[in-house]
Amino acid sequence: MTRAEDTARRLKRRHRAEKRFRLYGIGAVTSALVVLALLLGTIIVNGSSAFTTTEMRLTVFLDPAVIDPDAKKNRDDLLQADYGAIVLAALQKRFPEATGRSERLQLLKLASPGARDVLRDMVMADPAVIGKTVEVSVPASDNIDLLRKGKMTKAQAVSGGKMNERQFAWYDKLAADGLVRGTFNTRFFTAGASREPELAGIWSAVVGSFMTLAVTLVVAFPLGVAAAIYLQEFAPKNRWTDMIEVNINNLAAVPSIVFGLLGLAVFLNYMGLPRSAPLVGGLVLALMTLPTIIIAARSAMQAVPPSIRDAAVGLGASPLQVVAHHVLPLAMPGILTGSIIGMARALGETAPLLMIGMVAFIVDAPTSPMSPATVLPVQVYLWADSPERAFAEKTAAAVLVLLAFLIVMNGLAIYLRRKFERRW
Amino acid sequence: MTRNTLALAAMAAIAFAGAAHARDQIHIVGSSTVFPFATKVVEEFGKTTKYKTPVIESTGSGGGIKLFCSGVGVNTPDIANASRRIKASEVRACAKNGVSAITEVKIGFDGIVLANSKKAPTYNLSRKQIFLALAKEVPVNGKIVKNPYKSWKQIDASLPDTKIEVLGPPPTSGTRDAFVELVMEHSADEFPEIKALKASDKNRHKQVASALREDGAFIEAGENDNLIVQKLEANPAALGIFGFSYLDQNKDKVHGSIVEGQSPTFEAIADGKYPVSRSLYFYVKNAHVGKIPGIDAYIREFTAEKAWGDTGYLAEKGLIPLPATERRGAAKAAQGLKPLRM
Repeated sequence: MTRAEDTARRLKRRHRAEKRFRLYGIGAVTSALVVLALLLGTIIVNGSSAFTTTEMRLTVFLDPAVIDPDAKKNRDDLLQADYGAIVLAALQKRFPEATGRSERLQLLKLASPGARDVLRDMVMADPAVIGKTVEVSVPASDNIDLLRKGKMTKAQAVSGGKMNERQFAWYDKLAADGLVRGTFNTRFFTAGASREPELAGIWSAVVGSFMTLAVTLVVAFPLGVAAAIYLQEFAPKNRWTDMIEVNINNLAAVPSIVFGLLGLAVFLNYMGLPRSAPLVGGLVLALMTLPTIIIAARSAMQAVPPSIRDAAVGLGASPLQVVAHHVLPLAMPGILTGSIIGMARALGETAPLLMIGMVAFIVDAPTSPMSPATVLPVQVYLWADSPERAFAEKTAAAVLVLLAFLIVMNGLAIYLRRKFERRW
Repeated sequence: MTRNTLALAAMAAIAFAGAAHARDQIHIVGSSTVFPFATKVVEEFGKTTKYKTPVIESTGSGGGIKLFCSGVGVNTPDIANASRRIKASEVRACAKNGVSAITEVKIGFDGIVLANSKKAPTYNLSRKQIFLALAKEVPVNGKIVKNPYKSWKQIDASLPDTKIEVLGPPPTSGTRDAFVELVMEHSADEFPEIKALKASDKNRHKQVASALREDGAFIEAGENDNLIVQKLEANPAALGIFGFSYLDQNKDKVHGSIVEGQSPTFEAIADGKYPVSRSLYFYVKNAHVGKIPGIDAYIREFTAEKAWGDTGYLAEKGLIPLPATERRGAAKAAQGLKPLRM
């Protein structure tokens, strides 16, 4: 074999290796994309149906004999009244053939327990409606909702003991009269947690997440940036600062539940802050996010060329002026990107919140950072564990909402970087 | 540095504000088994009374009672849910922290079922057979050895020739505790070899009676019972262990095995005929009644017939009610805040 042949052969081999390497890379990216598409696809397929819900139109007589028998309009009595009987009376008017006790119960089950809430809210808002006949849209039961969306077949409903033939007949009749229809599920965005899937919503969890993240941002951002400035620009290089640096890098990789335990010990047991409060959740997540922000801020400041510092010093700026007027503004896009990514991670956390009592059933949206709250990922977790079938689509829909928030936050980080980043 | 100081000062200020924070909302902690029932009650309670909807944390029975017993005051829970009775040691711990008067309310029963996919036939098992299938060590020919059984048929000729594969909850779960107590420990002493250990080596006895297999026949499937149902559907050869309400909600996919001749039906559990069932409770801190608004009204809501009765909204969620006569007495005792004596 001549030398030239040998070289050509080796060159070919190198080219082949090059090509193979590229294929490996493309393969890795494609398989990641396929998995991502599969994940997103199933979530969207499962979750998109939760954005619609099923309503029934009923003509309801708000019978004073049931709601307010002694005509005193006492608010406590109005709250306690048996609105189920009124819903049942309205349904019975359409289906007078349902007379027996069990038949009437089955008839009532076409409507969600939320139907009573609709009537109660109406009466509480304006007690003058008592005695009138009104047309209202009330939520249908979760089984009817699943049936209409095709998420449950009639055969499944029968073998699962959820509905029977008589109920199908009633439902079909209501549907034929145009009284059952699908609408946009506003309740999903405005209601708090509920044990009835058709009434459950994410609002209280969204507010809780927002408050928690606000506390995290207010605490972690200034502390993180201040710590980064000191360590990067002012601190002397010695064994102490080295140790601090190693510790910060270490903390960034600590499992998040450890921060929950710390929060339980310090904020709840020692400082006596209330359980389940967004304030405590925010503080715990701030501790978790702090190392991420410090590391991001330091590397952003490190990327500012020394020539800028030298020029400022040369013109007589004090060290503080150098940092405040030159280094910090130039490093800000990088700091913000790092902080937003840290916050996005905090938004998705449940484990540390378990320890401080935020894995809770919360109906009313929190009014202050001290009132009990839960967060979106916890809501997802609790719904995923609920026995009712209809919670499956709620779970997926809540995941979609969480993903939307994450995409917005990460998009903002990219936008800020693109817009303000300077290259030297 | 000024920023650091400022932030620290702010945190300290918040901390002091927190300590003085009054509470107008009931705070409930405890069992994840009682959680789906208690949440239904608080929801109704919040809607139909002037009080705020109580907050319920799902902490597990033990964790909940520990929090409940940590003292008296707004920073401690008012009510603890439990899927087992409070232990004497816990009552003592409570008393040590000043929680001396506790009202116990038994709310109903929960059955633990062994279910499999509807595509496969229903199993008909005795507790002894379940023990032989799932215990880590079993007696064979007078000696206690590592569980050798691979297929159900090896245990009893009447059982199908399928590989033993049971999905169940992890040790942190109350359902697991109850299953071990009601099935494994219960039937362990039916074997003379294990019974003999009781006298000679108590720790070893406890271990043999309660340890589940770790060789792949018993699979810890996590706390999420929905996941177990899904896995059973995909694998008709497997059995799963979970609470009755999940069977109730998934009757079109899975069916419950017959245990000691009893099918896990609503009626059989309510009558106490189905052997693998436990009582559910909640505990009220009497010192908080009247201090935190609405606790007495919450007890009334929970113990009303429309909630825990035979056709109440809790029965619809899968809670198995107490017998009618016991209910009446229990409601009265609960509403009268009769303190627990042990």
